[in-house]
Amino acid sequence: MRKNKIKTFDVINTIILCALMLICVYPFIYVIFASFSEPWELTMHRGLLLRPLGFTLEGYKAVFANRQIWSGYFTTLFNLVVGTTINIFLTLLAAYGISRKDLMLRKPLTIMIVFTMFFNSGIIPRFLVVQKLGLFDTRMAMILPTAINVFNLVIMRTAIEGIPSELEEAALLDGANHFTILFKIITPLIKSTLAVLVLYYGVTHWNQWYQALMYVQSRELYPLQLVLREILIGSSTEAMTSGAVDSLGDSFMLGEVIKYATIIVATVPILTIYPMLQKHFVKGVMVGAVKG
Amino acid sequence: MALKKRKVQAVGPPRNSLGGRLRREWHHNKQVYIILLPVVAYFIIFHYIPMLGVQIAFRDYSIAGGIWGSKWVGLKHFKNYFHSYYFGRLIKNTVLLSVFNILLSFPAPIILALLINEVRNAKFKRIVQTVTYLPHFISIVIVCALLRDFFSSTGLINQLLGTNIDFFNKEEWFRPLYILSGIWQEVGWGSIVYLSAITSIDNSLYEAAEADGANRFDKLIHVTLPGIATTISVMFILRVGRVMTVGADKVLLMYNESIYTTADIISTFVYRQGLLNRDYSYTAAVDLVNSLVNCVILVGANKISKKISGSGLW
Repeated sequence: MRKNKIKTFDVINTIILCALMLICVYPFIYVIFASFSEPWELTMHRGLLLRPLGFTLEGYKAVFANRQIWSGYFTTLFNLVVGTTINIFLTLLAAYGISRKDLMLRKPLTIMIVFTMFFNSGIIPRFLVVQKLGLFDTRMAMILPTAINVFNLVIMRTAIEGIPSELEEAALLDGANHFTILFKIITPLIKSTLAVLVLYYGVTHWNQWYQALMYVQSRELYPLQLVLREILIGSSTEAMTSGAVDSLGDSFMLGEVIKYATIIVATVPILTIYPMLQKHFVKGVMVGAVKG
Repeated sequence: MALKKRKVQAVGPPRNSLGGRLRREWHHNKQVYIILLPVVAYFIIFHYIPMLGVQIAFRDYSIAGGIWGSKWVGLKHFKNYFHSYYFGRLIKNTVLLSVFNILLSFPAPIILALLINEVRNAKFKRIVQTVTYLPHFISIVIVCALLRDFFSSTGLINQLLGTNIDFFNKEEWFRPLYILSGIWQEVGWGSIVYLSAITSIDNSLYEAAEADGANRFDKLIHVTLPGIATTISVMFILRVGRVMTVGADKVLLMYNESIYTTADIISTFVYRQGLLNRDYSYTAAVDLVNSLVNCVILVGANKISKKISGSGLW
């Protein structure tokens, strides 16, 4: 009797989890199928898609012909590389500094950093400062105002504090200076934490759009997500369909397919990288959780 | 944050002036301060100068005067805000959205972690984890685009239901869509913390329970749940600490004028009225009230969390 009950539970559990997985991935499957479908057939279709309806690359052609998408990709890549480098560099400096136990100003400096987690000035004063600094509508406006994430700093500090202090003391006795200790001794020892933080900062830059919305005006500086917002939410596929089709109806139908193709073009990089890096991401959560 | 008392340094006489101590400290730790210089500069420029800049909420912003020189008007903007029609609506919308969100989306990852934990096939377990973590990495713009597409009046959901509800233009649908899509995106990722807490439960507890004749459900109720109770309470307190922090970004992607009655929250109002309509002083005041309330709640939550488990935000 009890055996049976447990078996039933296993079956129900498996069903629930399978259903959940389906809900998690089906939207993407639907979008993939829709992006290859003939616009007309897709418009007429009702219900779930179990395969592409016909096959066409029209949507993708329009997406790849769109200069905004390319310039968005470029900006995002720029933010990703330059931004993450700055993030990691500054976070490393900060974490090393406030993990020095013999630093007299360690406590006030730490409080100064932590205080920003509890109170923030709000977006208006920050906007006015960014404007005053002449950063408004520049690439750096998307990078500098969020150069250090305090949560990530906590993770890095925890990693540095986990290194036995004898190592540093020995190096100091050997006459090494702090720059050498930080970059030659500490950095190689916390490589795995660094990798996790590169991923975290990287994903933030990849997904970032609100900061760009506030601080950037020129369309050629828009990062990918802001371009996507225009195309997908402001539904400006009209510009991409014009010239490709004659009638308004055709343009509407093609617009739908372009939307789906855009979603795929914008998510494929992350979908391909994610399974390879999943382990590191998860590890980061653990590091953060251990600290609490 | 356990800050140990600094070791007294052996250099020089024990009692001397602050100036002398600072000079010796500089001599001793010069390089560390140079390393920290860019960090301090960052926090001053992008956090502390804006904090001083909140005084714009007490002035009437003018381009000529800027933050420091515009005319001082005291509490005018705060009074206007408290008496305005928006005050009640913004607070209500922000609190309701956040509270419903916590109530519904907080238990979800715990339940998922418990379900995943009951899976015996290691491979299936891994697949479930990989697949459910995935939506976490999709950008919010894409998530909202998918949501708008599937829930449009002619979209997939309506096709399946055989209806044509205009979800995105109905005020009563805003909160459910916001919350459910949030659960969809974060339930898997959120379960990681609980799964790792479950893994760290002492195995001998399970063995003892088995010896007492406990079945799987008994073990779940009497061993697993108590085993992760601390984690749950810390996560809950920290989540409640952020109850008044509802970011503008997702709402901006979801709302439109016809559903402002439920969807317009403090942060979206500040964005719209402040950055788009350039009503800087008034919205800085609105934001400042929120920041202060936030700060009080967060400090309280952090204190409680530290009391319970010894760890908090910091």
